[in-house]
Amino acid sequence: MSSHIRVNPIACEAHGMCAELLPERITLDEWGYPVLDGRPLEGALVQHALRAAQACPTFALLVERDRPHTRRG
Amino acid sequence: MSASAQGADEQPRGADAAAGVLPRLLTGAGEPGAISLRRHVQLHGPLPAQRDGGRRRARPTGDALIEEVARAGLLGRGGAAFPAATKMRAVADARGRAIVLANGTEAEPASSKDDTLLQTLPHLVIDGAVAAGEAVGAEEAIIAVSELAATSAESVAIAIEERERALSGSRHAPRVRLVTVPGHFVAGQETAVVSHVNGGAAKPLFTPPLPFQSGVGGRPTLVSNVETLAHIALIARHGAAWFRELGTPAQPGSALVTLCGPVAHPGVYEIEQGASLASLIAAAGGAEEPLHGALLGGYSGTWIAAGLLGGVALSNEHLAPHGATLGAGVVLLLSADACPVAETVRLARWLSDQSARQCGPCLHGLDALAAALEQLAAGGGGSRPAQRIERLSALIAGRGACSHPDGAVNVTLSALEAFGADFADHARNGPCEACTRPPQLPLPARPSSGERRHAESARR
Repeated sequence: MSSHIRVNPIACEAHGMCAELLPERITLDEWGYPVLDGRPLEGALVQHALRAAQACPTFALLVERDRPHTRRG
Repeated sequence: MSASAQGADEQPRGADAAAGVLPRLLTGAGEPGAISLRRHVQLHGPLPAQRDGGRRRARPTGDALIEEVARAGLLGRGGAAFPAATKMRAVADARGRAIVLANGTEAEPASSKDDTLLQTLPHLVIDGAVAAGEAVGAEEAIIAVSELAATSAESVAIAIEERERALSGSRHAPRVRLVTVPGHFVAGQETAVVSHVNGGAAKPLFTPPLPFQSGVGGRPTLVSNVETLAHIALIARHGAAWFRELGTPAQPGSALVTLCGPVAHPGVYEIEQGASLASLIAAAGGAEEPLHGALLGGYSGTWIAAGLLGGVALSNEHLAPHGATLGAGVVLLLSADACPVAETVRLARWLSDQSARQCGPCLHGLDALAAALEQLAAGGGGSRPAQRIERLSALIAGRGACSHPDGAVNVTLSALEAFGADFADHARNGPCEACTRPPQLPLPARPSSGERRHAESARR
């Protein structure tokens, strides 16, 4: 099962820790906010992503497991 | 398509809801003042009862209306055109007692269709909220109105009182209450209204959970535009087949549009979905000036250049080839003597000011986008401003909690495409003669949603 990352843009304050800890998926824009490349996480990257999420001072980085069916209304 | 548009100020054609006849929603809208409960029942008949005094969720009968709305193919009229029945079913199926939130905040400055409904036909909206509320098992329906729309709020308040007097002991279950919401642009976004009703800031929330999962008071909440609910009030009376007698198979029924610009009678019209733009303009007394283009769908919408307007029909399927949608029904005509570059620059700055200032990419990105447009319009920057606009657009879209930044990018890019020659001319030669003419797009001095100090310091 793969995972993906998401940013809560309201919580994010552009500390930039996530891009330090997960450069494989995250870069920073010109104002310091994370830009995600949209690719899923596999293997060891999941652990790196979890570490990045824990390091975020505002808990704005989310690591979510992909569910086979996601329902939206 | 004949008889495709009916103005709000024209006389209604009778109360029998004849097949394929307009107006539907705007029946009685031409009469002076708000339609009273008595007159409303005279015009439309009583709202059919869906259950017989049951206290708990009345699933079998509630489902009947949801099924009828599904068969009618009603799409939401707040802008997103989401299937109304799908939303109703999601709320009905969610755990917990549901609630209805009728969104009449109409934050779109060029739109006045929700205001028209609330001001003149409040009982139609309330009927829809009550019928939808019964269908999803709600015990309360909240009508949300912008605090800038005092007349609408008063009209709804009076209508609620009228119903409480007349319908005490009625079989219709949900209590109805009025809530006023701050007037800034993004305050009308559905999670912002929910947040405000819950005692928080009137700003969009990070989703999920979406309101149908956890909305007002944490309950499953049916947030629907007031026009959507007004259609439900009529579908509950006349059924899906009647609804489909107008419109196209993919977009059945009628729709309210707000027509702005150089026509004899700008205002709110009820059209058949798929009616030609030409028929709408004709119903409004015709264009009084040559046009430069039209903005479809409001301030997050799409510009179409004048040369392409001849074939435009007003439904999302017809507008798709133009990259446009009807959105919340705004059709804004720009006269040929306006400068589309100056209008776009002003709009981009206004949209930047209306950011809720919660999300960095929106707060900084829309400001940078407006600055790049200002630079382009001033001329002398070579190709750099245009390149910057392109880069910013790709960078900003999709990175806010709500779709405000996406809308601002969309309307900007569509202006660049529709009025490419005008932008190229400004980039080379700077401001044109028309740049100094009075603005045509209505951009009211709305309260900013951000902290006032912050908002002011950001503006030079």
